[in-house]
Amino acid sequence: MKDLDKKLINLLQDGFPLTPRPFLTVAEQLSDEGVEVTEAEVIRSIQALLDEGILSRFGPMYQAERMGGGLTLAAMKVAEEDYERVTDQVNAFSQVAHNYRREHELNMWFVLATESPEEIEDCIDKMEAITGYHVFNMPKKEEFYVGLKFAL
Amino acid sequence: MDEIAQLRLRKAIQNGLPLTEQPYLTLARELGLTEDQVMQTITDWQEDGLIKRFGLVVKHHTLGYKANAMVVWDIPADKVDEVGELLSLCDAVTLCYQRPRQLPEWNYNLFSMIHGQDRDTVLQQLADIIEQNGLSGFQYDVLFSYKLFKQCGGQYVQASQEQLSNSPVSKSSVSQGASI
Repeated sequence: MKDLDKKLINLLQDGFPLTPRPFLTVAEQLSDEGVEVTEAEVIRSIQALLDEGILSRFGPMYQAERMGGGLTLAAMKVAEEDYERVTDQVNAFSQVAHNYRREHELNMWFVLATESPEEIEDCIDKMEAITGYHVFNMPKKEEFYVGLKFAL
Repeated sequence: MDEIAQLRLRKAIQNGLPLTEQPYLTLARELGLTEDQVMQTITDWQEDGLIKRFGLVVKHHTLGYKANAMVVWDIPADKVDEVGELLSLCDAVTLCYQRPRQLPEWNYNLFSMIHGQDRDTVLQQLADIIEQNGLSGFQYDVLFSYKLFKQCGGQYVQASQEQLSNSPVSKSSVSQGASI
């Protein structure tokens, strides 16, 4: 990865300026760090990082609950012979945001994100009916804030 | 700004900011607002927590963070805040949440994520965390992921046959921002 891209990613993980010409502000911040770059180059670099799939997003990350939606972490204990079927059934729900297989008796873990908090229960009920497996619902009780740490 | 205008702005930026020289002005013109209104509203949303983060989101997998471990802890109620704070300060910990136990199957109430270049690195980081924070008295478990079956944003990622077998952990992929 280019040096400019690394610096850009490190800088912008912390936030994006709310100035009329934010990419110019970013270019100036990078110049202060010894990286000479123009506003246009910053814009082009971000576009390229998005196109290459190195960035998944450029913009706000909303707090789901504050948006009026529901959010939870759910897990299932799925037998090996059913794993593929249950995966397909679970992933068919549009509310499933991530689905990981993990090494534990509880071997399927996914995030449920719904438009309203009530929809979580409803979604889990349907999932249990369709898959025949219990869904463990583990909504967060408290979040311990962690900064962004993917330094390059 | 009225509620409908706020909703429209929220929607307009949820998939990303316009990559123009003056993105807030671009948004303002699209939405019939002023540039100041757009900037002020986004500032307010950050201050009151509606926007958790405003900037860019990287795909960790493409950056070489290929191992993704959910490390879960059984911490007594009177210690959970303290340990949660300690974990959240560790460099290797990327997410940390308190969640309900699910007895008898699930005894853990504190969830942390550690991302690393590979599995051994993650385990070493965990060992350091335990030692440096005096956590050796607590029960914990490490759940590495095998693979990602579905990534965020409703984008369906079909697991390949190869992924469905017990592929090594290096097949796993993560996406920051999930409340895992």
